[in-house]
Amino acid sequence: MASVNLLSTQGLSRNFGGLKAVSEVDFDLPEGQVRALIGPNGAGKTTFVGMLCGRISASAGRVSFLGEDVTTLPAHKRIARGMAYTFQITSIFGKLSLRENVALAVRRRLGRDAGQVTAEVETSLSRVGLLDRVDQIADDLSYGHQRLLEIAMGLGQKPKLLILDEPTQGLADSEIEEFKSLIRSMAGQTTVLLIEHNMNVVMEMADVITVLNFGEVLAEGTPEEIHNNADVQSAYLGTG
Amino acid sequence: MSDVRKSLVLHGGLIALLLVLHFILPDYHHGNLARVMVLAVYAMGYNVLFGYTGLLSLGHAMFFAAGMYGMGLTIQHLGFSAEAALVAGVLAAFVLSTVVGFLALRTTGVAFMIVTLMFAQTGYLTILYFGEWTRGDEGFVIQKASRVIAGFDVSDPGNRYLAALVLFAVCMAVILKLVQAPFGRVLIAIRENEERARMLGYDVFRHKLAAIIISGTMSGAAGAFYGLLFGYAGASFASVQYSIFPLLWVLLGGAGTVTGPLVGALFMFYLIDITSGLTSAYMLFAGIALVLLTVFARQGMVGEIRRRLAPWLP
Amino acid sequence: MDFGPYLLLASLEGAVQSAVLALMAVGLSLVFGIMRVVNVAHGEFFMLGAVLAWWVTTFVGLHPAVGFLIALVVAPVCAGLIAAAADLTVLKRLKYDPESTIVATIGMLYIIQQVVLMTYGPDARPVEAPFSHRFYTPWFGYSTYKLFVIGMAVVLLLGIWALMAKTRIGLILRATQLDREMAQAFGIPVERVYALVFGLGAALAAMAAVLIVPIQQAHYLMGGDPLLLSFIVVIIGGLGSLTGTVVAAVLIGMSDGIISIFFTPTLAKILATLLVAFVLIFRPNGLFGKRSS
Repeated sequence: MASVNLLSTQGLSRNFGGLKAVSEVDFDLPEGQVRALIGPNGAGKTTFVGMLCGRISASAGRVSFLGEDVTTLPAHKRIARGMAYTFQITSIFGKLSLRENVALAVRRRLGRDAGQVTAEVETSLSRVGLLDRVDQIADDLSYGHQRLLEIAMGLGQKPKLLILDEPTQGLADSEIEEFKSLIRSMAGQTTVLLIEHNMNVVMEMADVITVLNFGEVLAEGTPEEIHNNADVQSAYLGTG
Repeated sequence: MSDVRKSLVLHGGLIALLLVLHFILPDYHHGNLARVMVLAVYAMGYNVLFGYTGLLSLGHAMFFAAGMYGMGLTIQHLGFSAEAALVAGVLAAFVLSTVVGFLALRTTGVAFMIVTLMFAQTGYLTILYFGEWTRGDEGFVIQKASRVIAGFDVSDPGNRYLAALVLFAVCMAVILKLVQAPFGRVLIAIRENEERARMLGYDVFRHKLAAIIISGTMSGAAGAFYGLLFGYAGASFASVQYSIFPLLWVLLGGAGTVTGPLVGALFMFYLIDITSGLTSAYMLFAGIALVLLTVFARQGMVGEIRRRLAPWLP
Repeated sequence: MDFGPYLLLASLEGAVQSAVLALMAVGLSLVFGIMRVVNVAHGEFFMLGAVLAWWVTTFVGLHPAVGFLIALVVAPVCAGLIAAAADLTVLKRLKYDPESTIVATIGMLYIIQQVVLMTYGPDARPVEAPFSHRFYTPWFGYSTYKLFVIGMAVVLLLGIWALMAKTRIGLILRATQLDREMAQAFGIPVERVYALVFGLGAALAAMAAVLIVPIQQAHYLMGGDPLLLSFIVVIIGGLGSLTGTVVAAVLIGMSDGIISIFFTPTLAKILATLLVAFVLIFRPNGLFGKRSS
């Protein structure tokens, strides 16, 4: 596997008034990797990821994506360059059909060609197991299915980097299993960055885990290394 | 029949119906319908911004008036031909909507509503301020001799109706194309969930700006044509009331539908026509309609039809 | 008259404007601050106050002061009740969604205005002041009633401040403003609070009108300009800040008089509307506002 860095940050920081939410984080994400970002509540994970995709501006530091500095690039332009993002609290187009939800994600790339769009929509939905509901209204889905729809929208963008913010939260066990095989099917083609609390999923799926605590990188390594890391254990146990 | 086919049949049929009515309507209703068609274009313009993009402007009269005065003043003071004056009117509205767009889009929600209202009020007051040229509230008549488009004298009711119909048909076709194209779909996405649209990679600001410009320009075209076809330009068309009307028409007919604006404009026109014969306080009915619509029928007439019977309606 | 006395006269006139404007703007500001809705019909409640004052004083027919005193109570109470009813029947149903509320209040604007047109008619009618004393400075005579207006406004504003800062009701109002859900969790009947606030806002507008109507006249279209001015005051002072509202009202009321020396009314209005727009665009928190609109 080529270890070209798809995404990296240098000294990335974010302050909210006096509070240092994220502090001097250096982060490198090689292409094709499945990376998990974990840490206790309030560790700064969502803020960090917000700065990666451009929803939150950085107080200091740099973000590079595909070899270019994107620190000041607005969110929509980063997405257009190949990032896809799913929200911690599912954000979809509730009043529109599943078809239209995914079509909107697909059209930015494929625009004019209605036939291609339809094909892509159906592929994405079938990958998350929602093809049979393609013409339903998104609001009518269960919460778990809505989260899967959001992932389908991410897939439909054929992103180079898929950022998933707590994707398994609210999913039933069977849905989590399907989610795991979905991630496995992407191995090598799409780089995935997961924020996760579900340790099962993290240990099984991640190639590398980065642990954040109090806005700083506490540890980084393979699942086994992190599992045995005393600092990590106390960070989690300490904050309960 | 595919949805696209159904849509073509419906909208084509509507134009055909309006054409047939040209030959069979008695004079009074014939004149009214000509008016309604032009006002419906104003409403359709408003609908692009409100119904499809979800931005509620309380100042669209400024665009309507920009078109009307751009047309009227160039004929009156610069001796433009009717065709050139119409272009001037549309251009004036285009420029105004671009400027207003850049400024007003820095705000959202309630602030946006107030900012658009304030800009429109400024426009109205400016027309009064320069009363020397605009004749203020009194307005001015566009001479019959000037009201000739491409050889057709539009002061003649027959020509006038057909001119209105052409304007309406063209604008409706534009709207239909727009809302079914990817661009229109993104506007709807922005209305439904702006943040999500942004995080799918769409430049939300540029889309909103384009929506305001299209909306304002179409409203301006309606204003320019209204002034030319009915031979009068006056400050009342720049007043708050004329900003409230398209909101009312679109809400009543169905925001976010193509035919809704025409339905709403037609209904409200006749409601006011009938009630103003009974009392000078006919705006009471507009007020009641607004309250009832917001509480009970946000979807409007065509919107309800779409919701219950015909989801394919654009 | 020399410039000095002229300025004094203009200042007195400005103070009267400020007084009435402050009352009206505080009403609008309370509603926005606590309920987070914009009441576009606010100017019509003002007008309603003036028209009701005319009805009452005409009906009572005794010494003008008696009629006036009664109007001072009846008009705000009526306006307040009508507003509260409108809140309970319409705004509550809309769940106080900001955009829907504005549209609904536009509808209310037309309903109130046109009903008055149908019953009171299109004419402007005067209301006699409760007393017609004049006091004399070395340079000019001035209506004592106008001083009374200023005094009343100050008293009422102090009363509102006391209500908000010192009473239990004020505490409830402030709690609801800060965090609606928490207030509900503590057993505060938020919906009734909202009806009270909406009513109070309208009552203040009506009160302002009763005070000013002996100086102006009562006319069914008199709500438009005060509405615009109140908007300007509230936005510049900062939506949700009562102190800011009062300060802005004084600023604008005073400068209105001075500005009309230099600019025609139309030009002054143009500048004022543009000012509101640009403040909202570039300084959305106004001068004192705590929250962005």
